[in-house]
Order: sequence, then structure tokens, then C-alpha cells
Amino acid sequence: MALEILDPTAEQTAVERPLAPGMPAGARIALLDIRKPRGDVFLDTVEATLVERGFSVERTAKPTFTKPAPPDLRSEIAERCDAVIEALAD
Amino acid sequence: MAPELLVLVKHDCPVCDQVLPVFDDARAGGAPVRILSQSSAPDTAEQARRLGLGEVPALDEDLEASVRYDPDAVPAVLLLDGGAERGRVEGLDRARLSALAAQVGTTLDVSGLPEHRPGCASKARDPEVAARLAARAARRDGRIRSRVLTVGVLEDVHEALHERGLTDGLPVVPPTPERVVAMLAHSSRSPQDLVGSVPPYDGEATVEKVAINAVMAGCPAEALPVVLAAVEAACRPEFALHGLIATTHPAGPTVIVSGPHADRIGMNAGGNSLGQGNRANLTIGRALQLVVRNVGGSRPGVEDRAAHGQMGKVGSCFAERLDGMPWAPLGVARGVDAGDTAVVLVATEAPRLVIDQLAREPEALAASFALALRSIAHPKLVLAMDGLLLVGPEHGRVFAAAGWDRERLCEELFERTKAPAGELARGAGGSAEGIDPKWVSDPAMPVQKFAAADRILLAYAGGDAGLFSMVFGTWVAGEVGSTPVHARVEDWL
Repeated sequence: MALEILDPTAEQTAVERPLAPGMPAGARIALLDIRKPRGDVFLDTVEATLVERGFSVERTAKPTFTKPAPPDLRSEIAERCDAVIEALAD
Repeated sequence: MAPELLVLVKHDCPVCDQVLPVFDDARAGGAPVRILSQSSAPDTAEQARRLGLGEVPALDEDLEASVRYDPDAVPAVLLLDGGAERGRVEGLDRARLSALAAQVGTTLDVSGLPEHRPGCASKARDPEVAARLAARAARRDGRIRSRVLTVGVLEDVHEALHERGLTDGLPVVPPTPERVVAMLAHSSRSPQDLVGSVPPYDGEATVEKVAINAVMAGCPAEALPVVLAAVEAACRPEFALHGLIATTHPAGPTVIVSGPHADRIGMNAGGNSLGQGNRANLTIGRALQLVVRNVGGSRPGVEDRAAHGQMGKVGSCFAERLDGMPWAPLGVARGVDAGDTAVVLVATEAPRLVIDQLAREPEALAASFALALRSIAHPKLVLAMDGLLLVGPEHGRVFAAAGWDRERLCEELFERTKAPAGELARGAGGSAEGIDPKWVSDPAMPVQKFAAADRILLAYAGGDAGLFSMVFGTWVAGEVGSTPVHARVEDWL
């Protein structure tokens, strides 16, 4: 006999996130430092590359790597910038 | 509606066989008699044929009437007047059956019946059937609302659950509606109450979802209130569960059950309390982690980026030993009323042993503990982690005899875990790790390991023999990381 069980999940379907479209030259790109050691070294390199390609860059950081970016920070980035690159470290 | 006799029977009851022809005759003669069978249609038809009844009894669909009137035994004859019960006879009692029938103006031919015979257990009293009925009722009433997953006839249920990604790698108890509803009976909370939003995908953990995962973990049903409290505490923002899941660090939530409920649900706070052999100890922490996996959506290697992890991430839970405890329980120390039970959650690494078989004075024992606490994460890393010290009974009694309370020991450990700045600087001792030399103006300056004395948590458990305690390091602690949290366990048991 078939067995019926109850779904232990939250019954959500994961949202598929497509890659961001290419940014036109001059777009403003936020670089979000998650505050892991040496994340700044990586972001410095990314910043130099972006500036060389004609983008303007805004450096920003989470208060701590242990927690998600606060909603205020996220909306601030969304208001001021066209795209964001988040640096992971380790 | 005129008064009637409702006769509940089942096919495999010899006493039902005896009374059925009597009521079948009465009905054929125009008496207000309704016969309902608890058995299946084929079994009921076979019984009618066997007994030569004039009419096959109707079925008590879903045992609805049997549940409503809930007789212990069948045959059960009820005198109903507009749906209200005016009398009943369970089993066979010739005189009382005749008297009941007389009330609806019917004379039964009971001449062939014995005076008295007990009946058989009503089918609704069969534990398996009762569980099925309770599950159906819970679905009908909206108490359980989860989607039903069907495991096919040709599938092995354990393999199917693994394949669907619903386990932690160990076998789980299949969460049938019957098991989940039975577990829900051990909480006074409504099954659709929200316990917390579980990271990383903010899945809504209702009491029902927690119970499903607790069944899967193998929890004893009476442990549900403890699991609910653990999930509630884990979802508090200050515990930073999102980061704890996502980190490369091996920590996971350790659940400390502090208070009298631990004993009531059969937890082990004595010998081998961190080890195998006790169902509640092993399954409460596992239930929390299954909630994180299934409700929160955290998968090892995907959202969970631990470089190594550790066995406690399957589930880590122990109870505080109240017997002989040298100070107030951890829950009480954190503000729960004495006599209540708390769960205290700490984001910990795997525990490690501290041996001191020689110290007989509290100062000497504190010095040994401090050495072990200094090694959390790295002896040269400071102000990053909290410490959890699980003091064993043979160590605890040293402090009890000296009259050291929790605060005194924490203060002592706080002082004794300080180290000279020069020893902690990067490069000192040949080790690159440590504090930036630019912060070291005086190499002799003591630098504290912990942010404050109360950032060393003390718990008490273990067996009677063994001059041992256990140290747990934590993940990044405090405001920038995870703060230990607690929740009171509801009284319902």
C-alpha cells in the first residue's frame, strides 16, 4: 500500500535568479565588503578593474560578516547604484 | 425526528452475530431500527449472507457514528431522540435491550438470546484505527495543513525520503499524519501557530512543521515542547542562525535543557550525557537541525558552507544535571523562574575534555579550566568567541565545597584567561596568527580572551565518577556574531 507522509518543508519553491544583465559603461556599481579578513584586498582589485573599464564604483560594507546585510543598507545600495558585487572571503 | 434505535456492529464479533438477526427482524417488521456496521462493505455483506439477514447493514462511513457515540464495545444499541442519546446498551443484555426497545414501541424477539454476554471492542478503539481517525479529523478541522507526499507501493520509504532530500543522511521516522497528530497532542499550542522564520530562506516553522520534523528525528512525543522552544530560540535575530548556517566554521546549535522537564521527558544528564543511548538527548537537537534543513532550506555544501562541520551538527543536545548542582541552573541564571525549564542555545564547536585529577582547591581547578578555555579557536585569538564550560560532578563539588557560585567562577576564569599581549602578537611563538602588533604597546599588558566574565557560560552535567569537564568553543560571538539565547519550555506535557 502506498504510504502517505506529511511534507516537512516550508513548501516554498526556490526562486530562480537569472544572472544580472551586462552593465553599460558609466554604470554605478556597489562593492559590498562582507567584512571578512582580506576581503578588501579582493575588492581593491575588482575596483581597479571596474574603473579601468569605465564604471564608477561605490565601496560599501556590511556591519559584520556573520549576519545578512541590514535592510537599510540593501535599500541604500539599490537607490544609489545600478548593480552590486558582493565579495566573499575565506 | 422520531426516536430510533441505532445498532452499531462489526463483522468479526460473535455477539454482534447473535443480536443482528433480532434487530434485522425488528426492522423488517417496521420498527425504527437503524443498523450500522463498522466493518468494510465486503465483510459486512459476507456477515449478512452468513447470518441470512434480510438487508445488508449500512456502513458507518469513517466510523463517524462510532466516534460520536464512542462505545467501548459492540454491539452497541443507542436510543436516539432527535440525535440526542436517551439510553444505551453495550454488549448483550437481554432485559435491558428489551426495555430500550420498548421505549420506541418495539418488542424484540430475544427468546433465542443468552441473558448476558459482553461485546467486543468497538473498532474506533483499535489504536491503529483511532490514530487514523484522529489524523483525518485534524485534516478536516485544519489543524494539519501540510501537503501530503505519497510514497509509492514499489518504493522503499527510507530510500524515498533520502532521494527527496528530506533527511540529514541518517534514516528518519516517516512522518505519517497519524504520528504527527499524536505528537501534536503534547503541545497546548495551535498547530498553525508560527514558531519562527527559519533561515536561510525564511521558511515558516509552524508548530505542525516542527512536529513533522520532530517525528522524523525520532523524538519522543512528549519532547515536542522542548523542540518548539529550541526552534523559537534559534530563530531569534541575536542568535544569527543565518550566519551560523552559512559559515565555513564548524559550529552548530547546541541545545541545553535546563530545568525539571528534562527529567520528565527522560533525558540523561548523568553518565554519557553527551554520548549515545538516550533517545531524547539524541533527537531534540536533531529535530532542530531537521527544521533548519527542511523548513529553512539549508543544505550542506550549498547554503551550509562548513569547511569540516562536526558530529554535533547532526544534533547537539544535553540536559543540565540538577542533582548536586553547585549553583542555580543555567536557565534560572538567565532569568527563567526557578522550577521552570529553559532551553539555552549556544553556537558551539564539538566539545573537548579537560582533565584535572589533582586539583582539590577551586583556584587550581579554575586555572586548569582557564588553560583549556584559552585554546578555543586558537590560543592567540582573543575577544572573538565565547566559551561554554560543562562542569562535571566531581569537579563541581570542589566549587560547591568552597562556596563558589556561578559568578565567582566566571570572574575567576575571566581573569585567568587573560594573557600578556606580547604572547598573543602575530609572529609570537612562531605562529602567524594573533593580534596586530600595532595594538601591542606594552608586551606585558594582559589581554582578555573573552569580552566579559558572563561570556563564559557554565553548565553542569555528567556521571558520578571522573574528574573531568568539557569545553565547547563557540562561533564568532557577541553583537557581531551569535549571542546565546534561551526560551522557556511550555508547561504542557
